[in-house]
Amino acid sequence: MTRVHDLGGVQGFGRVPWEPDEPNFHGDWERRVLGMNLVAKAPEGWNIDKGRHARERLHPVTYLASSYFERWLEGLVLRSVEAGWIDEAEIAARIGAPSPEAPPDPARVDAMVERFSTRVPYDRPGTEGLPTPFAVGDRVRTGTADPTGHTRLPAYARGRTGEVVMRHGVHVFPDVSGNGGGEAPTHLYAVRFDAAELFGDEAEPGASVTLDLWHPHLEPAS
Amino acid sequence: MHDHGPGHSHLSETEARVRALETLLAEKGLLDPAAVDAVVEAYETRIGPRNGAQVVAKAWADPDYLARLREDATSAILEFGFTGRQGEHMVAVENAPGRHNLVVCTLCSCYPWPVLGLPPAWYKSNEYRARAVREPRKVLDDFGVTLAEGTEIRVWDSTAEIRYLVIPERPAGTEGWSEEALADLVTRDSMIGAGLAKAPEGAA
Repeated sequence: MTRVHDLGGVQGFGRVPWEPDEPNFHGDWERRVLGMNLVAKAPEGWNIDKGRHARERLHPVTYLASSYFERWLEGLVLRSVEAGWIDEAEIAARIGAPSPEAPPDPARVDAMVERFSTRVPYDRPGTEGLPTPFAVGDRVRTGTADPTGHTRLPAYARGRTGEVVMRHGVHVFPDVSGNGGGEAPTHLYAVRFDAAELFGDEAEPGASVTLDLWHPHLEPAS
Repeated sequence: MHDHGPGHSHLSETEARVRALETLLAEKGLLDPAAVDAVVEAYETRIGPRNGAQVVAKAWADPDYLARLREDATSAILEFGFTGRQGEHMVAVENAPGRHNLVVCTLCSCYPWPVLGLPPAWYKSNEYRARAVREPRKVLDDFGVTLAEGTEIRVWDSTAEIRYLVIPERPAGTEGWSEEALADLVTRDSMIGAGLAKAPEGAA
């Protein structure tokens, strides 16, 4: 069932690796991976959901054994290989080659702050053709589908009943856009589930989990 | 002790692979290495949790601002100029006596970059992603946070492009403080819900 990136509620993991005053990066290669992901050329029609799906498609064993930046590295390789731009042999041929060096350039830092501080929203105006939205306070039940493609309905919240607590408007639907089907914007909600509904008798008392879910994930619950 | 992935020999392999990939992408005109340096420096030096701390401090000090933050957090946060990648749609969730909020992204590691900067490794860890939804109180123990018995815990799993900013409770003994002084009490972890705001120096 599902892919291993879908970690919510999975048992057997230990203590959270918290460290005080943690640095942003634990090695210069992590810096390079972050920066490359943010500024490398992306294939035509690339979007954030396809980017997530690229990382999700790593082999399950590789995924679990990799750190965040290793996943980002392999996601970038995958997208560039699938675009037909590079292949593994070309990477291998450059192992040990001198890296390109770039002198620091404060003006470019300013330009990057501006570029990445520009708002590119994911909501879409208009509700034409969309179903009547649920209202805050409505009881809803999530679907049980286990799709092979990208989805933002985690396995731990499938087939569960919760309550709509916010309406976020109409947003791009990653379950379609991440699979190359266009934006398919639809209603987005925050839906709250009692912890016991999700995790049964062992759930911690007084806890709930709120997920952002799209209209097609939901059906009315009586 | 913490886990940043496999051991050293594997890591040096990864380092070599990263360099080779960068060389290759640059050669093919798919990447400008100077842009890599610039964007990383932007996130390391300009876009960080000090931004979010200013938002929280203003929410504590200015009731009109708090009202705007509740009404439309994206716009209220934009008053400081904080917006952009991974902060396009903001919602503020307030802690209060008897109610605590904790933010996670179980499917990847979604995080409000414009207000908190880059996510810490623990936020992106398998451990946090797996456990925060199932046993938030035990996870908070790992951070040394113990909530009063009976406190409601609201976990937010960031499954969409909505980014949640936790407004921690204002520490006692800070009446009349300036926003700037208040901001010094607001830690990154407190804005995720994995910590509390710092108590003022000398407070019990």
